[in-house]
Amino acid sequence: MPVTYYLVLSAIMFVLGVVGVVVRRNAIVIFMSLELMFNAANLLFVAFAAYYQIVTGQLFVFFVMTVAAAEVAVGLALMVAIFRAKHSIDVDQMNSLKG
Amino acid sequence: METIFAWVPWVVFAPVLGILINLLFGRRLGEKVVGLIGSLASGAAFVIAVMLAVALGQHPEGAVHPLAAWMRVGDFSVGWSFQVDTLSTTMMLVVSGVGTLIHIYSIGYMHADTHHHGDPGRFRRFFVYLNLFIAMMMVLVTADSYLMLFVGWEGVGLCSYLLIGFWYEKGEQGLGNARAGRKAFIVNRVGDFGLLMAMFVMFWAFGSLDFATVFAKVGTVASGALLAITLFMLLAVTGKSAQLPLYVWLPDAMAGPTPVSALIHAATMVTAGVYLVARSQPLFVLVPAAQSAVTWVGAATALFAATIAVGQYDIKKVLAYSTISQLGFMVAAVGMGATVAGMFHLITHAFFKALLFLAAGSVILGMERGHEVALHGQHLRKDPFDPQDMRNMGGLRPRMRTTYWVYLIGALALAGIAPLAGFFSKDEILAAASEQSLAVFIVLAAAAFFTAFYMGRQLILVFGGKPRTRAAEGAAENPPIITVPLIILAVLAALGGLLNLPGLHWLETWLEHSLEGLAAGHFILWVALLSLGVALLGFWFAWLIYGRKPRQKPAEADPLAAPLGDVYRGMERKWWVDEFYWAILLRPAAWLANLLAGVVDQGGIDGAVMGTGRLARLAARGLSLLENGFVRGYALVMLLGVVAILTYLVLR
Amino acid sequence: MPVIQIVIFIILGVVAVGTAVGMLLSRNAVYAALFLVLNFATIAILYLILGAPFIALAQITVYAGAIMVLFLFVIMLLGVEKLPFKERLRGQRLIAILLGVVFLGETVLYLVYHGQAGQLPAPASIQFVSPADLGHVLFNEYMLPFEVTSVILLVALVGAIVLTHREKSAAAAEQV
Repeated sequence: MPVTYYLVLSAIMFVLGVVGVVVRRNAIVIFMSLELMFNAANLLFVAFAAYYQIVTGQLFVFFVMTVAAAEVAVGLALMVAIFRAKHSIDVDQMNSLKG
Repeated sequence: METIFAWVPWVVFAPVLGILINLLFGRRLGEKVVGLIGSLASGAAFVIAVMLAVALGQHPEGAVHPLAAWMRVGDFSVGWSFQVDTLSTTMMLVVSGVGTLIHIYSIGYMHADTHHHGDPGRFRRFFVYLNLFIAMMMVLVTADSYLMLFVGWEGVGLCSYLLIGFWYEKGEQGLGNARAGRKAFIVNRVGDFGLLMAMFVMFWAFGSLDFATVFAKVGTVASGALLAITLFMLLAVTGKSAQLPLYVWLPDAMAGPTPVSALIHAATMVTAGVYLVARSQPLFVLVPAAQSAVTWVGAATALFAATIAVGQYDIKKVLAYSTISQLGFMVAAVGMGATVAGMFHLITHAFFKALLFLAAGSVILGMERGHEVALHGQHLRKDPFDPQDMRNMGGLRPRMRTTYWVYLIGALALAGIAPLAGFFSKDEILAAASEQSLAVFIVLAAAAFFTAFYMGRQLILVFGGKPRTRAAEGAAENPPIITVPLIILAVLAALGGLLNLPGLHWLETWLEHSLEGLAAGHFILWVALLSLGVALLGFWFAWLIYGRKPRQKPAEADPLAAPLGDVYRGMERKWWVDEFYWAILLRPAAWLANLLAGVVDQGGIDGAVMGTGRLARLAARGLSLLENGFVRGYALVMLLGVVAILTYLVLR
Repeated sequence: MPVIQIVIFIILGVVAVGTAVGMLLSRNAVYAALFLVLNFATIAILYLILGAPFIALAQITVYAGAIMVLFLFVIMLLGVEKLPFKERLRGQRLIAILLGVVFLGETVLYLVYHGQAGQLPAPASIQFVSPADLGHVLFNEYMLPFEVTSVILLVALVGAIVLTHREKSAAAAEQV
């Protein structure tokens, strides 16, 4: 089956992730949508690695996963710090950029 | 002897020197010195004018003395030069002579007046303005081109404004004097517009504004242009010399101190229009239509103003309308080509009208002093008592003897009783009228009748009968600094007729050197007898109506009110001319001005400017919505951008 | 093209998309996390099908096992509140969904009709990549990125600790 199927699936998941980032107010759920986007990209990498028969694609997923893990750690630490200040994880409450 | 002509710039610069000294040092010098310097400056101008006159006796053709170049634009060049000839020297003598007497009088008058109004510090300003006026008037009469004449014309208009509004914070509602000054300025502006238009047409037709050039080329120019020039000049004359329809500023100008009324609004500034026509004779003789226009304007004004004077109660207003009426005589005279008669009457009128105004000032001072005495020295500045209202006077003859006698002489001269000055000058005008146009003659004769009538009325109301108020009871004669100039002027008013006695014609011979082609003045016996008779008739009527049953109380109705009814009310209310102007001209103008100021300027222009500001603020507020601090909104916009770029790439 | 392959792919695809949507729509954060775990598992199976066993298991271990557990920890720590359903910003949801649809439509259209990958034929058979093969390439050609990644992890570790560190008291800080 042509790679197009995987491409479409990946695209759907990516768009769902994007919409999730923009629509949801819970900061943690936004992070999770971010992970969804990462996964969509990973899927694409692996699909092409298989179809072009090169290993580099899978290697890239390796790196992406690692960095994603690091990013989640820091991001959630940030969330905790913000929660201590604002006592809420509503993204709309963090509007100090206003004006 | 020619070098004496070189002194002519000093007739302008001596008063200017007076101004500078008084302005810079006046505060330290004190009243007497300030007055002295002002009078000396004017007197110096008089002395120089006398010197010039003597020199002219030897060299009657006169000279043009250039002083400085002014401007040169392309083909047009004009400089500041002084024209010394018999006509201008005559004017110089009158202005500086009467002017110096009035300066001296003002020392005493303004001392009392500034104390009455409570601001002694303004004494210096008065003399500065007076000297400025003399300087400007000299510029006017010594001009050798219409442009320099216009400079002087505007300058005396400015001084008139400054001096009318001298007590700028007084008057009705605290604004009356300022309004009177503004009215004079604006009405004169209409006249000045006329003079400007005349100069424009003159430049276009002649290519120059110098007297010499213009009068030489006058035969070569189209008659239409000449008609335009002369008619525009007529407009200027009606403004400056207070003729119909622009005379309305002169009665209001009485708001100024009395010496101002005497000098500017009787003797000198208002005669500038007559001088203009006299000087422009070479132009007018070629346009008979303009000449008859001038004549009729003068004659009609003479009669019109005389009728108004009959119904006035304010002593100065009577004299103001009398001035307008006499100016009408002068204007009619120069319009008929009888320039010598016009100039003669100008000189004699200067004498007796200045005399009458100064004497009226003396009367007013006496009334004010009597009023203060009656109130036991209390100063009530907001007192409604009007020291100038003749109904409050009466019985001043035994109390102010000198003033009475000089006033009598002035009144008789004005009415034209022989052998006083006014008789000869007015008679010459009537003689010229009888030769040219019977209608004009009748009008002028009627005006002469009214003149005698209102002067008789004034004499009786002011000096006759018994005092009608306590102020009049307490009036007393004024100190010599006031009465001496009065006496000098009375002598001049009495003997002024000598200037151009029929048969001797000194003035005519004198003026012939400046004005070409003068018609010789005639002495017509029946005209002389008629004018004398008319004057005596006027006095007799005045005695009949006012003298036999003297008014007892200030508030009584005038004896003429009942028989004449509405006619009398018309005379009292100045024939409602001011009201007419207000309704027809001024109210629409005021409406337009309010419209432009409110709707166009504040609403439109300010609105546009403020509007751009408001627009900027609105835009900023709108744009600030983008910076609402909601991160999700920012993310959405980013998404939008990405999709847009992607769309572009896909569609490419 | 074996039908069974397509059928399996479609089932897995539906599950993946379904869990993703479920994650988006659930108001309870824990439910969302669990949906995501399910999603990761599905993706891992897809990796397996594509011949990447190491990556598949790494996905389950790292993503589902570590990252999602971290998420759940944080959710529980912060006492997640139920946020109000009503959208504060006007039109946000509508525009977002609209844009999402447009995005998806464009991508799919382009890929299907213009993308050269559409011409790429499926290989005869998917080759399984063993960890050894992966390791070969990783430690020979991509040594530098590998080392940098370890530094990233270190930095993340330090950063996370610094960000969440709480001062005991001002006096205690001065004593240090």
